[in-house]
Amino acid sequence: MGSINFNNALGVHPDAMLLRAKRAEILANNLANSDTPGFKARDINFQAMLAKESKKHASSNSLDMNATNSAHIVTGSRSNSELQYRNPSQPSIDGNTVDTQIEQTLFTRNAMDYNTSFEFLNGKFKGLKSAIRGE
Amino acid sequence: MSLGNIFDIAGSGMNAQSMRLNTTASNIANADSASSSIDETYRARKPFFAVMHNEFLNVNKDNQFHSQGDEIGAGVQVKGIVESDAPLQPRFQPDHPLANEEGYVYYPNVNVVEEMTDMMSSSRSYQMNVEVLKTAKQMLQRTLMLGE
Repeated sequence: MGSINFNNALGVHPDAMLLRAKRAEILANNLANSDTPGFKARDINFQAMLAKESKKHASSNSLDMNATNSAHIVTGSRSNSELQYRNPSQPSIDGNTVDTQIEQTLFTRNAMDYNTSFEFLNGKFKGLKSAIRGE
Repeated sequence: MSLGNIFDIAGSGMNAQSMRLNTTASNIANADSASSSIDETYRARKPFFAVMHNEFLNVNKDNQFHSQGDEIGAGVQVKGIVESDAPLQPRFQPDHPLANEEGYVYYPNVNVVEEMTDMMSSSRSYQMNVEVLKTAKQMLQRTLMLGE
């Protein structure tokens, strides 16, 4: 199929939106735990994860193992390294590494980027719609 | 759905902060509740927070197992409320109706300045969680409009 295939037409944006939503959850959890003693702020490397996600889409021969039996446990190639710890600029005495200002700006920026991806996706859908109607 | 989880996370944060505000209110209200014996005197109460986790080993849709270290956490919880160990304040007030045989009255170990800063901190944290909730709501609402 040509360019009207959904995967080709929508590009990277559906993946980006999913990842943005996931990141919003991580940052919201950081903010909720801003007063929890010993809590370490976490985040993902957005660029690296998006690149990996798009590559998985482009070629399906990723490093994941096949599950040929229902008893097989699918572990995938996921590792703990995806979720990283933030380096605090002002570590507090109770071991908490959440900098509320940093987390809040990142959260807002992440939400803006989510909306950007949304606008792109919305535009693509509008384009597809007018192509289908042919008016 | 990740965006739906944010509602739970921010909600747990608001719940925890309101509980902290509640203990602060109780402490300030009882800052001058005198008593005649050490055992009966009010002691400052403090909540302590901990990260809320999903089940120890949760299986998601793709049958993928995640160890606890890999998961993000699902908000904050109040593990319990502890009474402060700080010494009580005995005051020599023989005319006080609650004074003991030696003329002492015991006052709670509430530090009002500390309580006020705690109050400001928890109210700010509460507001922050509300902002997170508001943003997540807007994101979800916009997503529902996709393609219109």
